[in-house]
Amino acid sequence: MVKELLKTKNLNLWFTDNYVLHDLNFSVYEKKITALIGPSGCGKSTLLRSFNRMNDLIPECKIEGEILLDGKNIYEPKADVTEIRAKIGMVFQRPNPFPKSIYNNVAYGLQIRGEKKKSVLDEAVEKSLRDAWIWDEVKDRLHTSALSLSGGQQQRLCIARALANQPKVLLLDEPTSALDPKSTAKIEELCIDLKDKVTILMVTHNIAQAGRISDYTTFMYLGDIIEFGETKNVFTVPRDKRTEDYLTGVFG
Amino acid sequence: MNKRKINEKLGIGALRLAVLITTFFLISFLYIIFSKGGPVLSWNFFTDIPREGMTAGGIFPALVGTLYLTLLSIMIALPLGVFTAIYMVHLAKPLWLMRIVRIAVNTLAGVPSIIYGLFGLTLFVRIMNLEVSLLSGALTLAILALPVIINASEEAIRNVPKSFREGSLALGATERQTIQKVIIPTALPNILTGAIISIGRVAGETAPIMFTAATFYSRMLPTSLNHEVMALPYHIYALMTEGAKPEQQVPIAYGTAVVLLLLVLFVSTAAIIIRYKIRKSRQW
Repeated sequence: MVKELLKTKNLNLWFTDNYVLHDLNFSVYEKKITALIGPSGCGKSTLLRSFNRMNDLIPECKIEGEILLDGKNIYEPKADVTEIRAKIGMVFQRPNPFPKSIYNNVAYGLQIRGEKKKSVLDEAVEKSLRDAWIWDEVKDRLHTSALSLSGGQQQRLCIARALANQPKVLLLDEPTSALDPKSTAKIEELCIDLKDKVTILMVTHNIAQAGRISDYTTFMYLGDIIEFGETKNVFTVPRDKRTEDYLTGVFG
Repeated sequence: MNKRKINEKLGIGALRLAVLITTFFLISFLYIIFSKGGPVLSWNFFTDIPREGMTAGGIFPALVGTLYLTLLSIMIALPLGVFTAIYMVHLAKPLWLMRIVRIAVNTLAGVPSIIYGLFGLTLFVRIMNLEVSLLSGALTLAILALPVIINASEEAIRNVPKSFREGSLALGATERQTIQKVIIPTALPNILTGAIISIGRVAGETAPIMFTAATFYSRMLPTSLNHEVMALPYHIYALMTEGAKPEQQVPIAYGTAVVLLLLVLFVSTAAIIIRYKIRKSRQW
């Protein structure tokens, strides 16, 4: 039986006067991959960034409604933002490793929480790098700059960095759009592998990618969720004309 | 030859002349300073105290005094400047305060240095009762260096890619941890560039320390922040304007100028090497 892990309840979002997300209600199921698709500007990235409160960084942003993680509203006044962001990790469109060593990139999340023991850090770094399928490529140069890695490796390093926090959810914001096809394929396979450990919510521009790896698909259009369901149903028998048009390339 | 070609030749000629004149000044500058100051340079000139009423001996106390003044003022100005810059980039509230800070910084940058001297005399020497001392002089020089350090730091911090900040916050870091562990280390090489530039300026200033720190003659090295100090630029000034034996004093003044130039060169080189090493260890 699938369990709802994340859930939005009447989520509305504005940037000043611009009404971006319209009363959204939808769920992310535990240990599944949910894809968020839709044309540019439909609000999918904004929705994604609401889940770890990254929109807090934008002063013009106003949010109403709730987002529940395990039944607890992450927007309630007493909620600890740093705690939420550790539980709900995020990987960005462009790989953004810090200009530090590979090791220190992955250890960062633990270090900022005060973990100092080398044995704990070593173990977490190795485990996270293994989970992100990059251990074998970097194990001999953990202390060289993360910026010496290729784009695809950097992105897997960013995934490892997020995994080190042992998050419940991983938010991926078009994680392969800046990568070559080979690196993309590797990350897609990695996502499927990670599904046993972590729930994944992924924004993608690439419809085929959503079809290949996601269990559930949400189609957004102009700030509304038009369609949500199991990927195989959404892709084969879309209920809404707009979903069908988008999937078949009538508009993009 | 037609008119366009003549114009072309004239234009290039004017540019060439400008370069030649500039080069001439630079070369003659180096020639005059080094030819006049070079002969007095010796190991003793660096390590000995001035003797026989400034007509013989070395400049050791002035060298040490300038080193102390410069380093102390940078140690005061660097954290102040970097903190101000962080505030201006990352908090930047309220807007009216930011405007005032920016106007203040730009105005301070344009103030003639003698006015810093008068200001330091009033505030540090008199009102705060620090007397004419190493500390008063270093504080005055620190204010002089602040605008340069603030501007350089602000630019350095602004140039740190936004994605680093987002990445850090998304991992659950607080704003402060992000600034401390990601933004400042990334911006550090460029912040140091600002500091290097101000070291050069601070070391050579005479006017700000004239009333606040410098003394014409001291046999002893400063051992506390309350002591008056000798300083290289002021030493040059004193040698050229006071004393009764110019024929012996003038070469020493030029020798001191050479030492001052070498000192600035030395400090800057050291800072550049440090910056290079930092940059190498965290390139992106």
